[in-house]
Amino acid sequence: MSRLPITKTPKVYVGGAFIRSESARVFPLKDAAGNFYANIPQCSRKDLRNAVEAAAKAGPGWAKRTGYNRGQILYRLGEMLEARAGEMADAIQLGGASKAAAAREVAASVDRLIHYAGWADKFEQVLGSVNPVASPYFNFTVTEPMGIVGVIAPDTAPLLALVSLFAPAITSGNTVVALASETQPYPAILLGEMLATSDLPGGVVNLLTGFRKEMLPTFATHTHLRALCGVASADERKALALGAAESVKRLHLIKVEDQPDWFADTAQSLYAIRDTLEFKTTWHPIGA
Amino acid sequence: MPAAPHSSKRATGKSTRVTRPAPELIFGDLWEYDPAPETADPKLKARYDLFIDGKFVAPKSGKYFDSINPANEQKLAEIALAGAADVDAAFQAARRAYDHVWSRMPGRERAKYLFRIARLLQDRAREFAVAETLDGGKPIKESRDFDVPMAAAHFFYHAGWADKLDYVAPGRRVAPLGVVGQVIPWNFPLLMGAWKIAPALAMGNCVVLKPAETTSITCLKLAEIMQDAGLPPGVVNFVTGAGEVGAAVMGHAIPAKVAFTGSTEVGKIIMRSLAGSDKRMTMELGGKAANIVFDDAPLDQAVEGIVNGIFFNQGHVCCAGSRLLVHESVAERVLAKLKNRLRVLRVGDPMDKNTDLGAINSREQFGKIRELVEAGVKEGAEMFQHPCRLPAKGFYFRPTLFSGVSMSHRIAREEIFGPVLSILTFRTVDEAIEKANNTAYGLSAGVWTDKGSRILKMSTELKAGVVWANTYNKFDPASPFGGYKESGFGREGGRQGLLDYCQLV
Repeated sequence: MSRLPITKTPKVYVGGAFIRSESARVFPLKDAAGNFYANIPQCSRKDLRNAVEAAAKAGPGWAKRTGYNRGQILYRLGEMLEARAGEMADAIQLGGASKAAAAREVAASVDRLIHYAGWADKFEQVLGSVNPVASPYFNFTVTEPMGIVGVIAPDTAPLLALVSLFAPAITSGNTVVALASETQPYPAILLGEMLATSDLPGGVVNLLTGFRKEMLPTFATHTHLRALCGVASADERKALALGAAESVKRLHLIKVEDQPDWFADTAQSLYAIRDTLEFKTTWHPIGA
Repeated sequence: MPAAPHSSKRATGKSTRVTRPAPELIFGDLWEYDPAPETADPKLKARYDLFIDGKFVAPKSGKYFDSINPANEQKLAEIALAGAADVDAAFQAARRAYDHVWSRMPGRERAKYLFRIARLLQDRAREFAVAETLDGGKPIKESRDFDVPMAAAHFFYHAGWADKLDYVAPGRRVAPLGVVGQVIPWNFPLLMGAWKIAPALAMGNCVVLKPAETTSITCLKLAEIMQDAGLPPGVVNFVTGAGEVGAAVMGHAIPAKVAFTGSTEVGKIIMRSLAGSDKRMTMELGGKAANIVFDDAPLDQAVEGIVNGIFFNQGHVCCAGSRLLVHESVAERVLAKLKNRLRVLRVGDPMDKNTDLGAINSREQFGKIRELVEAGVKEGAEMFQHPCRLPAKGFYFRPTLFSGVSMSHRIAREEIFGPVLSILTFRTVDEAIEKANNTAYGLSAGVWTDKGSRILKMSTELKAGVVWANTYNKFDPASPFGGYKESGFGREGGRQGLLDYCQLV
């Protein structure tokens, strides 16, 4: 008699722990053939607020890490993903991707993490400056992370897009609350397990699954989210912009109708890191 | 070197400390200054039209409004009131200029126009300073020594960037955005115009700009310089009027980006009104800056900086040091010194070269300041005002200090935008940081201390876009300026500011 396998209960990764939604709701995930695969947590607005709280707690410590340290942790995340590449490719195939396409997406995601790992101790040198002012001051501009960044991942390239959106934000010391693809949440569930084993402090990246329609209004209005990065439709962009105005939140939204190519060279960029940075200029006197 | 009279005491190891405080030089009303009016001719026109497509044109409605001198409430000139059709004509002109001329011109040629504008502005600096002071009420010494030279410096600095744009975004190529719509405030009318126009033009964009309705004159005089410089028609257009004209500029379909400097309240309205438009934005909004004085600070120098921080331009400064945080051990001394310093501030005719505080920009702003000051008194803070005589006509407000202020007071939370300083105290570095950052704003901060390492520690912890150490209200075109949090986003000045006027290709 064949052995019945143990199936995994999908949980979301929030505050360094694997949790179910506080709402106790789930939605069924089916594989490409239409068969039941697992129940995915249907996170609530309260889950989002809890995740923001976890991100806020992790924020100062993560921002104070050295770039060298953050770089090594991002690299370690790449190592974890590489080591479980086959499992992740299977997760991507659930959404109907071919085996080759899924493998390609995993490989690109690993490479993306390595790309940003290398930026962690360099972006400051390129984006900051010493400014030649016409008075006796040492005037310099440094970058600082904005704080907590909301990430809204698209349904296409459910792993690569998610990684491409959160990696630049955490490279500079932001913490992230991300909403995974609604139709293909499983890669994000699996990614949470890799985040947990990558030396990344709990709360730096928090991954939620659920319905965009339910979650986006809170992403828009939560005042502790200082920036939103993601892919959104025209209606969603308008709603997000309206909510963002209340707390002068920074928006970096890609139009879903532009069909961004996450595999393109321009999908990874120093300027994606810049999108979640503030610039601070200090005037330090020169002279006794 | 002769022996000091106290040398014998010093030799015994006893303290030579003089307990009596150094005498303060307070002349009070003993002597009055003679008037020292600036008399240069501002060369004002009786009527200013819109500046569209390189020409001064009458508004289609034929309507004009008065611009008054806030120092005496007398009419200076009539300003055209733009309507939606005029705003549209300005944007059409800007787009034509962008498509056919400006975007095709090599950077080195664009640079020359900007250099010319800088030089022509320097040529007419005194005339512009007088016009600025008459229209806005700021002391002539400020418009003469700060506003106009700094405006020229912004054009000169950005001119040089126009052919060096490959260095703005390492690793990527940059391209202009197209036409940009810009709305600026009344506190530094010409200078804010320069901050907005210079980087936009250097990057290859064309501009439709609306100055504030109370201070349109120097922008329209700048239009004369644009003509003299031979700037191609339509590259810069000025439309004048109040909020509804600003809304028309921000809401027009043509601009790829809008840039706004003004209050956080209006900034949020603009952000809401543009929701769904996918337009790029930069916002330079309000502030409630903490100016932090530690017990090891050179106190006399700090007092000068505190005065400059809050009374510069009558406190009409978004980055004004309006919350003074003083180390508790020196709070009494600082307050006493501040009161003495206030007593010798000269408030009055902005055209007088000795004037420290001129006129409040408008009756409306005067009312807002008075309302918040009344709230301060009502909430229990202790008020000190310099009992100086004020001119009978015009909008003047006495320099005001509030001590015993707590974080929950309105005068510690809301932007007053006037010559009103709220004084709070702290005991530890951590408390200073906590209080300084406990605000929705994050534009600027000041730190006064003798310790370099403490300057850097504070500058690291303060959530503000600009941190001044042992100085305040310093600006430079090479130095990026802009806020954290609800003080807005984007930077103006420096390489960082240029990046906000281009797209990566």
